Amino acid sequence: MMTLELMKSTLETLEMVTVSSLFSVLLGLPLGVLLVLSRPGGLRPRSALYRALDAIINVFRSLPFLVLMIMVFPLSRLVTGRATGTTATIVPLAVAAIPFVARIMEQSLLEVDGGVLEAGLASGAKISQLVWTVLIPEALPALVNGITITVINIIGNSAMAGAIGGGGLGDLAVRYGLYRREPFMLYISVAIIIVLVQLVQWLGGYLERRLRRDGKVTVSA
Amino acid sequence: MRLLTVKNLRKTFAQEKEAIHAVNGVSFHVDKGEIYGLIGLSGAGKSTLIRCLNLLERPDSGEIWFDGIDLATQSEAVVREKRREMGMIFQHFNLFMRKTVEDNVAYPLRIAGRERHEIKKRAHELIDYIGLSKYTRAYPAELSGGQKQRVAIARALALNPKLLLSDEATSALDPVNTELVLSMLRQVVQDFGIGIVLITHQMEVAKALCGRVAVMENGLIIEENDVETLFLSPKHQATRRLIRGVEDTFAVKHSGAITAGNIYRLGFRRESVRRPLISHISRKYNVDINILAGDINVLQTGDVGYLVVSFEDAGDEEGALKALRENGVELVPLTAEDAVNHL
Repeated sequence: MMTLELMKSTLETLEMVTVSSLFSVLLGLPLGVLLVLSRPGGLRPRSALYRALDAIINVFRSLPFLVLMIMVFPLSRLVTGRATGTTATIVPLAVAAIPFVARIMEQSLLEVDGGVLEAGLASGAKISQLVWTVLIPEALPALVNGITITVINIIGNSAMAGAIGGGGLGDLAVRYGLYRREPFMLYISVAIIIVLVQLVQWLGGYLERRLRRDGKVTVSA
Repeated sequence: MRLLTVKNLRKTFAQEKEAIHAVNGVSFHVDKGEIYGLIGLSGAGKSTLIRCLNLLERPDSGEIWFDGIDLATQSEAVVREKRREMGMIFQHFNLFMRKTVEDNVAYPLRIAGRERHEIKKRAHELIDYIGLSKYTRAYPAELSGGQKQRVAIARALALNPKLLLSDEATSALDPVNTELVLSMLRQVVQDFGIGIVLITHQMEVAKALCGRVAVMENGLIIEENDVETLFLSPKHQATRRLIRGVEDTFAVKHSGAITAGNIYRLGFRRESVRRPLISHISRKYNVDINILAGDINVLQTGDVGYLVVSFEDAGDEEGALKALRENGVELVPLTAEDAVNHL
């Protein structure tokens, strides 16, 4: 029975984390690109757009996740039909992560040397082509690193979401550890979360190292 | 055949306190098969100028006639098309670090939407041409500076451009690699009959490569000539400063001794550069000639040399000068101050 509950909660956490990570990157990366292009001195400076985006992102990033989650309840209900539960919790997780991802992608993309972008333009590339063929590929190791950090962040938030009806391992830990005073289940859920974070960290690190190696010396004659 | 005609080009950058006129009304032209050099010290505006030519920087006013149209008035889409006719290489190579040599060279073709097999064929052809077939699958980080610049040249040539823009392409290279890249550029002009606009602060580069050279200062072309005439009789102090070799620092250091006598800059061209003219004239006209500085420059078109001399209280100075002129020597009188500050 306990094993079954553990499995169920782990799967819930995995679902929440995977789906919300996916959505946050899908929406956060374009925002990051938009920030880089529209910033003053960017390839398509749009001062008003940049300032607006910048401000909105800062506001959302200053909200504590718990507060944001409660604020997003109506949106969750709109999207999933419910305010609580695993599927509903994906909405606040993604909403909280999008501005974070946007900022982190922006920073990673800014690392790409301006001269390299110029070489792309001088080769006849459109801005849209430049984004796909130079900007993102050249920044890829840093982007992967950013995504790793994001996923780990979301794992943390998903545990917190569990406490207010989100399900998953956080929910399990609160129910057993706090209400039932059964520390064993608490420790087990904590252990699984730690293992998850380690796995993501390892995988992300491995991918990043592999990608970085491409741009560096691979052979010595 | 005229490739590029630039008319009265201007570009101003608004700074907090004052506007900086980086390019302040520049006109020149480049022909097919010609290497045109724009030389100047840093801050002269040459980088801005070359970036205006392919509209990486939008000029404020002026005309850029290329391929029958004035690029300065064209839409982004037209400019993009024309950039394919205009390759560019950079001081820091600007290769795509996460693409292989092959993918770097193939990039302009890929962007232009060429067929896959055509892209591959052309890329391999060019990598062969630059002599780096061994490195087709290597990444730029595995290459030396000279090799990187050769890859960049191949990339710039991918779409068979008519014109190549070279932005300080050898400034980050050691002398050996500089020579390699220079001879490759020379080869490219010969093999493909393109034109090159080259900006540099190294007179060595202009000397080794260019037919015509323009000297830039404060956003203006202050002097333009074929490289031989420029070396023979530079009109401006800035030009002389660029021509001056390290040997002259000695003369500058000890120029406190220059007081008496008239100072001249003597330019020797091919015929006169090898003859012992000075000692001959010194004997014949009974003049004492003090040599303050000098150098011989090996140019594309032939050797030219110069001396900075002062005539110490002498016999027939007029006769000596006349004889020098008759022997094809270019005479430029210098003031003592000129000589001290700008030999």
